[in-house]
Amino acid sequence: MSAAETAPAYNFAYLDEQTKRMIRRAILKAVAIPGYQVPFASREMPMPYGWGTGGVQVTAAILGPDDVLKVIDQGADDTTNAVSIRKFFQKTAGVETTTDTRAATVIQTRHRIPETPLSANQILVFQVPIPDPLRYLEPRETETRRMHALAEYGLMHVKLYEDIARHGHIATTYAYPVKVDDRYVMDPSPTPKFDNPKMDDCAALQLFGAGREKRIYAIPPHTHVVSLDFDDHPFERYRHNGTCALCGARDSYLDEIVTDDRGSRMFVCSDTDYCEGRRGDRDESVTPRHEAQRS
Amino acid sequence: MYVAVKGGERAIENAHRLLAQERRGDPAVPELSLEQIEQQLTLSVDRVMNEGSLYDRELAALAIKQARGDLIEAIFLLRAFRATLPRFGNSEPIDTGTMIVSRRISSTFKDIPGGQVLGPTFDYTHRLLEPQSDTAVNSAPVSADASLPKMPRATDLLAADDLIERSPEPSDQERVGDLTQDPLRFPADRDLRLQNLARGDEGFLLALGYSTQRGYGRNHPFAGEIRLGEIEIEFAPEEIGFAVPLGRVTVTECQMVNQFRGTATEPPRFTRGYGLGFGHCERKVMAMALVDRALRARDLGEEVKAPAQDEEFVLSHSDNVQATGFVEHLKLPHHVDFQAELGLIRRLRAEFEEAASAGQVREAAE
Repeated sequence: MSAAETAPAYNFAYLDEQTKRMIRRAILKAVAIPGYQVPFASREMPMPYGWGTGGVQVTAAILGPDDVLKVIDQGADDTTNAVSIRKFFQKTAGVETTTDTRAATVIQTRHRIPETPLSANQILVFQVPIPDPLRYLEPRETETRRMHALAEYGLMHVKLYEDIARHGHIATTYAYPVKVDDRYVMDPSPTPKFDNPKMDDCAALQLFGAGREKRIYAIPPHTHVVSLDFDDHPFERYRHNGTCALCGARDSYLDEIVTDDRGSRMFVCSDTDYCEGRRGDRDESVTPRHEAQRS
Repeated sequence: MYVAVKGGERAIENAHRLLAQERRGDPAVPELSLEQIEQQLTLSVDRVMNEGSLYDRELAALAIKQARGDLIEAIFLLRAFRATLPRFGNSEPIDTGTMIVSRRISSTFKDIPGGQVLGPTFDYTHRLLEPQSDTAVNSAPVSADASLPKMPRATDLLAADDLIERSPEPSDQERVGDLTQDPLRFPADRDLRLQNLARGDEGFLLALGYSTQRGYGRNHPFAGEIRLGEIEIEFAPEEIGFAVPLGRVTVTECQMVNQFRGTATEPPRFTRGYGLGFGHCERKVMAMALVDRALRARDLGEEVKAPAQDEEFVLSHSDNVQATGFVEHLKLPHHVDFQAELGLIRRLRAEFEEAASAGQVREAAE
């Protein structure tokens, strides 16, 4: 992407520097208090609320000209909203983009954590619709803020217990609540609970942006993150018991694809980059950029 | 197969081209000009400026055209543009008592100093479709004398007799809140509540205001005064130390006079509900005034039990740009989460069937 093709009318990465500084202050606070939801003065972005405005603002605030950006939605680089957000930053920041998880320094995601383990000097930015894990149990912000302040999380355990009593299982399959650094209960965003263990002791910084709800929160590298459970009903990771029809992976999260109207199905990796890498479709000469540049 | 399921870059580009074509419509029909929208769809322009929080008729007209007449989409366009504008300060507070009035009515007095001025209103029209309404105006309207008499606000007349609560005095110390610069927190003060309502969706406020009239948080309103007109905006740059005029804006103001209250130490007085918006937007400011008054329940020591009195409920759901974004985001793919739900429901059904067949076996054995 040449400089001429980037939009000159807007600041680098769209947001003005004052707004970026405000967002960075919120990010710093969030990193200092892992799992705590920091209110920030979210701006109207040129894409709709609920489509990633929080993640986009966080990315815009942390992006530098040398960064390499990857954007995924449902684990895939080629889903429409991922394409749209990637193009937005190509246009407004002119940064290099990639689909290769290893080559990216900043990865913005909706609903998944990449299968390839992340490393130090990478930042994973989550798009968050409802940041408060207690919201569906208590709709009032005034109440839930107090509950977090007092670490009063009994209600959440009651909910999980009621699931077990009713269904025999904890019926939360995504946005499965976690406890961060033994203090705050946090919503991991609507990732399938398959991804929860990846957040624990992760080498990369994880940032969460909720634009409409005006909250930022964070998991600093190597933080203890535990999925809530009970001794007699331990947390279980769910994965469809099958192999990827394209690459044969037995360990990745799978998308179920309906192939005809007679009930035929195929299962393929939701993480397209991981799948391509296993099939040898990926350019293996790529040096992991974050190691070369940021260290 | 796989590629067909995932969306692509080309698909987006094609969709944008199709949208542009649909927006233009039949090329044989002349294209709408921004001047036409600005001049002939003025109330749409007013609504977009109001809820878009930006006073710029030309940009609002552009947004309406670009949005194919979808006003919420147009509001969104204007808001996103506004968010990128630098801010150099706050204007001086406006005094609506100094308004150059084009419409002013009070329902609380038969006549008031300055008179009742109907102005351009639909109020007493018969709602009959008139195919001729698009033809030229055949005679110039008779308008009031250019030197209109002074028009004190009806509520000021009540205030002179101490019959209505006093408006709080403006203070230089207290900064007026701005929810576009600081995240809204609860409980919110009235300045932020009013800002939220001014930006809020007209339909949402209309329904909430209506609900108060039907008993959900009734507050016995009278339209003390509604006025529409132009007002000068002034700004005092720090360097020169005095206010200079920036230009004129049209605003609509509604002051509701509501149920009185008194205490052991305070004599009974009417209370106020307030609405103000850009352009001509009577429905909006009337609804806003009803909801403002309802939201003051807590401050006035009234029981909070109706939706319109519930600050968190009202302020968190009034913004149509937020609401439309989140409702419509359900169009985005959610198959990763749905897959997890599918897994669980299949497992629950398998267990259910297992238990059912085990039960049958037991029954057969018994």
